[in-house]
Amino acid sequence: MRARNYFVGAAFALLAGGMAHSALAQDIKIGEINSYSLLPAFTEPYRKGWQLAVEEINAAGGINGKKLVVISKDDGGKPADAQTAANELVSSEGVAMLTGTFLSNIGLAVSDFANQKKVFFLAAEPLTDAVTWSKGNKYTFRLRPSNYMQAAMLVEAAAKLPAKRWATIAPNYEYGQSAVAVFKKLMSEKRPDIQWVDEQWPPQGKIDAGPVVQAVAAANPEAILNVTFGADLVKLVREGNTRGLFKGREVVSFLTGEPEYLDPLKDETPEGWIVTGYPWYSIKTPEHDAFLKAYQTKYNDYPRLGSIVGYQTIKAAAAILAKAGSSEPEKLIAAAEGLSMPSPFGEITFRKIDHQSTLGAYVGKTALKDGKGVMVDSVYKKGSDYLPSDAEVEKMRPKD
Amino acid sequence: MAFYVVQFLTGLASAASLFLVASGLSIIFGVTRIVNFAHGAFYMIGAYIAFTLTERLSGAFGFWGSMVLAAIAVALIGVLVEMVLLRRIYHAPELFQLLATFGLTLMVEDLVVLIWGPDDLVGRRAPGFRGAIDFFGQNIPSYDLFLIVLGPVVLGILWLLFQRTRWGVLVRAATQDRDMVAALGVNQKWLFTSVFAVGVFLAALGGALQIPRDAVHHAMDLRIIVEVFVVVVIGGLGSIVGAFVAAVLVSELNAFGILIFPKISIILVFLVMAVVLIVRPWGLFGKPEAPARKTPGLTVNPWRPLTSNERLLALAALVIAATLPLFAGNYALTVGSEIAIFVIFAVSLHFLMSVGGLASFGHAAYFGLGAYGVAFLAKMAGLPMILCLLLGPLMGCMGAAVFGFFAVQLSGVYFAMLTLAFAQIVWSIAFQWVSVTGGDNGILGVWPEKWAGSPSHFYWLALGIAALVTIALRAMVFSPFGYALRATRDSLLRTEAIGINAKRIQWTAFVIAGTTAGIGGALFAYLKGSVFPDNLGISLSVDALVMVLLGGVETVSGAVIGAIVYKALSIWLISQTDLSKLVLGGFIMLIVVVFPKGIVGMLEMLAQRRRKSSPPGSSLLAKPIESAE
Repeated sequence: MRARNYFVGAAFALLAGGMAHSALAQDIKIGEINSYSLLPAFTEPYRKGWQLAVEEINAAGGINGKKLVVISKDDGGKPADAQTAANELVSSEGVAMLTGTFLSNIGLAVSDFANQKKVFFLAAEPLTDAVTWSKGNKYTFRLRPSNYMQAAMLVEAAAKLPAKRWATIAPNYEYGQSAVAVFKKLMSEKRPDIQWVDEQWPPQGKIDAGPVVQAVAAANPEAILNVTFGADLVKLVREGNTRGLFKGREVVSFLTGEPEYLDPLKDETPEGWIVTGYPWYSIKTPEHDAFLKAYQTKYNDYPRLGSIVGYQTIKAAAAILAKAGSSEPEKLIAAAEGLSMPSPFGEITFRKIDHQSTLGAYVGKTALKDGKGVMVDSVYKKGSDYLPSDAEVEKMRPKD
Repeated sequence: MAFYVVQFLTGLASAASLFLVASGLSIIFGVTRIVNFAHGAFYMIGAYIAFTLTERLSGAFGFWGSMVLAAIAVALIGVLVEMVLLRRIYHAPELFQLLATFGLTLMVEDLVVLIWGPDDLVGRRAPGFRGAIDFFGQNIPSYDLFLIVLGPVVLGILWLLFQRTRWGVLVRAATQDRDMVAALGVNQKWLFTSVFAVGVFLAALGGALQIPRDAVHHAMDLRIIVEVFVVVVIGGLGSIVGAFVAAVLVSELNAFGILIFPKISIILVFLVMAVVLIVRPWGLFGKPEAPARKTPGLTVNPWRPLTSNERLLALAALVIAATLPLFAGNYALTVGSEIAIFVIFAVSLHFLMSVGGLASFGHAAYFGLGAYGVAFLAKMAGLPMILCLLLGPLMGCMGAAVFGFFAVQLSGVYFAMLTLAFAQIVWSIAFQWVSVTGGDNGILGVWPEKWAGSPSHFYWLALGIAALVTIALRAMVFSPFGYALRATRDSLLRTEAIGINAKRIQWTAFVIAGTTAGIGGALFAYLKGSVFPDNLGISLSVDALVMVLLGGVETVSGAVIGAIVYKALSIWLISQTDLSKLVLGGFIMLIVVVFPKGIVGMLEMLAQRRRKSSPPGSSLLAKPIESAE
């Protein structure tokens, strides 16, 4: 009986390890990991974004004449599985670098793996500040504006509001906790007169919206900070609208302007929320026009923020590989530090000091147009303007 | 004051949605004893179908008609599932049906994305219930009031159905004593099918009614399934009134709890369940289960140690496995290490489940405690790896000693649910105590030392420990302690009558299983270099159950094969396709139908048959007495 088990195990292991790929030896391979099966609403547009980037790069002659191949793996939303995938990409596929990830804990797990195995890792989406600061390492870079940066952008607008009594609603996990903590800290620095009257911490994905809305209303705040997103946001908005929570109150909200989260709200979109997001319909810059046209031609669909993240992740990876002219991790790091490149949002730079890119975000207000939620009065905020001083960054980041 | 009244009513509305789904689960469990993991999936399909219908059909009739139509459609799907799948496996070992419904759930999660797309869907509001009613300055959504009324109405209808119809009498009788009902000539087949249909109908209706308040998406099922189980168990299995009271209790505690502790929601239901089960071992309205009437050992082939030939064969297999580093690459070796670790985890649960007859739904707690133990020792105390590996599992041991003491006072599904509650409590501590555990960002940088750092060395380490653990647990099965433990599984009364302290034996077994799981967890921490609350989570506990059931719960070491097949397959599938859940779910359902005794169980039965057809003379005991089913 036991004989059989080990044979089966060995057979499977061989099968998994020996999966040969048709890529040629001179191709440049990038390993990409994301939560495709857990978060399809985000990762489908994300995948379309990076596939477009690969197509464009290869049409333009590849990287220093070599064809770019992206090998993509699903992590099922689990850090342990993400590491298995990272290991497969590095050990059996021999990729030049790792990219991707959405959830913060998965981003951290892969970044720790990269540090241990000495592999270059470009984190696409994870927002936690720890990726570049408290748990930063020299092999890890990040594209998206971090929690801190988005909070700083929102605080700039929120501090101008007359409201003095604030309440917060955030999902009870690291992302929500650190978003609230940074927002509170920066806000209290600018406005010492502010009082924090209530905080609600519904479990992520399991908000019981009625009681939460009631509890916030009972504290009678003048303004509310919301960090929930996805299905939780839908429930919160619906209950809040029916119970009049948002009437006469200012609301500041993380990520709500992203099409991924705004579009499902349809005609229930609350008006006048100050949000970060991606108003693809009102961005009029040549860089973005070119991206939008290419995306819509290829997919016959409009881009979400995930599309931008996926597209720019691979574009950035290609730029780094092209400049390094090698797939040696040390050379890639040297190439990436301080590297500037174009993006649909304008030029961005990977900072040498903490490996954070200066990609920014749009801040605007939600509004209803033809029964759909849109962002209006949107302004692009450059990431470089919303980062703490170098001295502070150096204090937070462990020495390599 | 008005605020508290409104908060109370809001809690009642939440309770009503919970109750609808929970009542269906309770009925199904009460009669068929199926732990219907797919109940959440039916709830989700109900919501999706209702969404499609409400988008097509207009007007008030269209909306409410859609709700009912969706529920009926899903009930028909339920009937199909029951007739095609579950009917084949009612006689399989207990909990085996869980495997089938788990496979179904996996498939449904991918199927809804394929059919309805990845985006969150927001449906219409209910006609006539769009607004809110002013109550002394507080707004109560009128849809909430509708739900508050609907809950008791459904309860009333169910009560009438059970008390005033012949069908209800049969259902109640079957809940109390299935075998007697069968003996009296009732057609169980159709009784089970109809009960399943009613239960699924209620789940789907509960899902459909969420459309005006919620977004429809592909993770709805997991969001509700565990909570619903908890509600059913708090109320007492098979008791509809109990489910209603428990739903109200949980919802109201949550509604008022968040006013004082805003972070309480994440753990509240499990705290309530732990307290209720410790005080009232059969839930609020449940009755003690009638003592099992089955004669022990009828469906089980008598266990025996391996013969010398089989021992040689096992040794040869081990040697072959140990030569893997000679020809396999680093990735295959790391996967091999992971599989070896899961073999340890699975055999530890197998020991508790098969030998002790105690199915734990929260076994990952001890695995995760072992992992956290290592992480604490390595990162905070800075101990060397060998010491960490030796001492880390003690965390699992201690956790098992404390929780096991309470858990073994219970049996059956109540035992399972109490272990689940404890696991969730440990999980939420790891999740919330950010300053010590790092919260969900975990503890990073727990990498092995140089001597075990290379994939081949770590593989040999993991393989060696897995082999030792498997041998040790096997030896224990055939030791006097093992016989005593099997006695408590087969007949608690007779065991105590001959002077064995059953609870102490079971407690010891629990601690052994917990410590062993901790060993697996300790290795896992080093394999991954990091520890996350996931390592204690429900999905890992379910994985362990699936491995044991897949291997065969009535075998001595089936979990070894179950773990290898399940883990290798899931790693391979997730690497090859984004639809890994669809394929894995389909595979599990296929296994369930083809191998109703698990993979090893089935192979053993085939071997028995062959032996039987060869010249007689083997002992009578060795013959499986199938007809007793």
